[in-house]
Amino acid sequence: MRTKPPPSLLSLTIDSAVLNLSDISDLSSIPDHILLDLFLRILRAGKLTEKVLRLFIATGKDEVISLVEALNIRHVLTPVLPTTVINDNEVDIVIGALHADLTTFMNEWRPIFSRFHLIIVKDPDLKEELQIPEGFRADVYSKADIERVVGSSSSIRFSGYSCRYFGFLISRKKYVVCIDDDCVPAKDNAGYLVDAVAQHVSNLQTPATPFFFNTLYDPFRKGADFVRGYPFSLREGVNCAVSCGLWLNMADLDAPTQALKARQKNVRYVDAVLTVPARALLPMSGINVAFNREAIGPAIGPALRLTGEGKLRWETVEDIWCGMCVKVICDHLGLGVKTGLPYVWRTERGDAVQSLKKEWEGVKLMEDVVPFFQSLKLPQSATTAEVCMVEIAKAVKEQLGKAHPVFSQAAETMVEWVKLWKTVASG
Amino acid sequence: MAAPTPLLKDELDIVIPTIRNLDFLEMWRPFFQPYHLIIVQDGDPSKTIKVPQGFDYELYNRNDINRILGPKANCISFKDSACRCFGYMVSKKKYIYTIDDDCFVATNPSGQQINALEQHIKNLLCPSTPFFFNTLYEPYREGADFVRGYPFSLREGVPTAVSHGLWLNIPDYDAPTQLVKPLERNTRYVDAIMTIPKGTLFPMCGMNLAFDRDLIGPAMYFGLMGDGQPIGRYDDMWAGWCCKVICDHLGLGIKTGLPYIYHSKASNPFVNLRKEYKGIFWQEDIIPFFQSIVLPKEATTVQKCYLVLAKQVKEKLSKIDPYFDKLADAMVTWIEAWDELNPAGASLANGKK
Repeated sequence: MRTKPPPSLLSLTIDSAVLNLSDISDLSSIPDHILLDLFLRILRAGKLTEKVLRLFIATGKDEVISLVEALNIRHVLTPVLPTTVINDNEVDIVIGALHADLTTFMNEWRPIFSRFHLIIVKDPDLKEELQIPEGFRADVYSKADIERVVGSSSSIRFSGYSCRYFGFLISRKKYVVCIDDDCVPAKDNAGYLVDAVAQHVSNLQTPATPFFFNTLYDPFRKGADFVRGYPFSLREGVNCAVSCGLWLNMADLDAPTQALKARQKNVRYVDAVLTVPARALLPMSGINVAFNREAIGPAIGPALRLTGEGKLRWETVEDIWCGMCVKVICDHLGLGVKTGLPYVWRTERGDAVQSLKKEWEGVKLMEDVVPFFQSLKLPQSATTAEVCMVEIAKAVKEQLGKAHPVFSQAAETMVEWVKLWKTVASG
Repeated sequence: MAAPTPLLKDELDIVIPTIRNLDFLEMWRPFFQPYHLIIVQDGDPSKTIKVPQGFDYELYNRNDINRILGPKANCISFKDSACRCFGYMVSKKKYIYTIDDDCFVATNPSGQQINALEQHIKNLLCPSTPFFFNTLYEPYREGADFVRGYPFSLREGVPTAVSHGLWLNIPDYDAPTQLVKPLERNTRYVDAIMTIPKGTLFPMCGMNLAFDRDLIGPAMYFGLMGDGQPIGRYDDMWAGWCCKVICDHLGLGIKTGLPYIYHSKASNPFVNLRKEYKGIFWQEDIIPFFQSIVLPKEATTVQKCYLVLAKQVKEKLSKIDPYFDKLADAMVTWIEAWDELNPAGASLANGKK
């Protein structure tokens, strides 16, 4: 009987490489013929992963690339499967388009957005035509559509970042997810693409716990629970109305801070979702947010518009104001607001120093805004988001109106918005 | 580059309650050796607790507690780790770090050993932000800051009184949860520190805890637990609720989050259930009590606040169980003992500059 010849040293080395793939970070120095052999053995061993494929393609070697094409090996685009079952018919993704070319944005979000209905609202001040790639179930609304629905006499200006409120108005779904058009999907600590929509919906579908702080954060997450000392009667939680996400790379800092820390990037992925406690206010950034439209829809509307409101987030506080109203209303109605995951990756845009030179009225106004909301008490009789909004508008006019004309305008806008909501949104 | 965290080795005491041995200190040696330890020996005082070589420590057993406090010793629990608060009382340092003897050094996701004490010191030395929630968590951390919309007038923060750390591996669950989920382990490293907002209560765990004795020490009474008491495993909870209410009143901050330690031993859930049983029912009344407490403007020191609390406990909670009557008295005794042993700090102004 013929015995098999012993394996060559080269063969043993390649086998060893297959076993120790995780230690290899660069294949560029490996000769072509060995590279091909390595690739084939990795395939046979079933060890071809996204990371390994990228290593091979990074070598730039023609033989490797032709082999990949010949074998029809393709990158896997599906994101991490969500643990929550999401009913596609319950979610609308609203995008406020402040840039005409949405190609990169939409393509980056394709694996996550493609199964949902999208409402894209074009900033009425944007002159160019929107460029939207194929393959999405998207309804696009522009200035003419807004005027048709809202009427040209409305005092509400749906321009700039406020254009997305129009999307909230016409949506008919239970959950709305809204992400700024300069954000792309982020990757978590393990390198997986973050399905921001799934995480937002999961946050909204699990209870919030605003009445007592859980030191292990969201008790409904897998691997966590309520800690010792957490009252049992509070463990059922309340409905979560808002899910505030975060941002890697460019954090949502104001212009003075960003100007001071020009090179600072947010690289810290904090693996937590938590409920913001009752009576605690927070700055609710509009960059990456989702909400239960059925529970709190009328509370999320345009109101505070700066005199020099601009097309960069540093030049607005409309979302911050909105967040104050929402938190007060949620606290009053016994609903929850969560913050934390999911992260999105926010790209760099604009110049903080320029924004600072132009406008930092928003920063000054916050000094009046926060104490006002902290002391605001809504009457017991206000049992819906609409009534709460009207009550807040009244208080704004009475208490803040004298401080600055933008506040009186905000109060009027809020009242108009509620009227609009009643006719358009509930119809 | 951030400045290195000061060691504070002459300003911080490490208080450890123990009933068996202190072998766990070997793992902590690189981090703890520069510091003075206060060991509070619970249980049988005739037993000798071996302290590993090379540590600077003082040890107190029940006989010492009785000798030092005399009749007031009845406020210190027996046969329960709650006795550790005796250590807080006799310490002469500004800061206290307390840790359980089944807690070891944890590693972070990069595989590095976590110097829990250093992180606690960082937390205590930098301000808290209880008046407005920062969505990027601790704004003073390297790489973080206050987000857009955070009022500038609130960015100075307030002094931090308490730093509450967390635990990997065995989570701090109550007995019912332990029984239902005996295998659950906390493997999630959440890289955040945050201030617990004003007006919000939380369950404070004493396993991995640091505080500023000058700012909040007298409020860190761990109650009457263990031998002869109807309840156990609520010592740190009780101290936490009292501290939070007082901190909110005096404008001080409490942080939670990093650092993590590795909690190695799961206590027996059936034993725990027997200890906690009454607490589970009582806390349904205790929480609303703490949530509705209003401390008067005249209560400007921790001791004054605490005595008001004690009075309220007697008035409002005694009807739940006579235990609270005893507890209220013990709270008063504790303050008396504290002031006796710490005369200079008897009238401590609140943390405001």
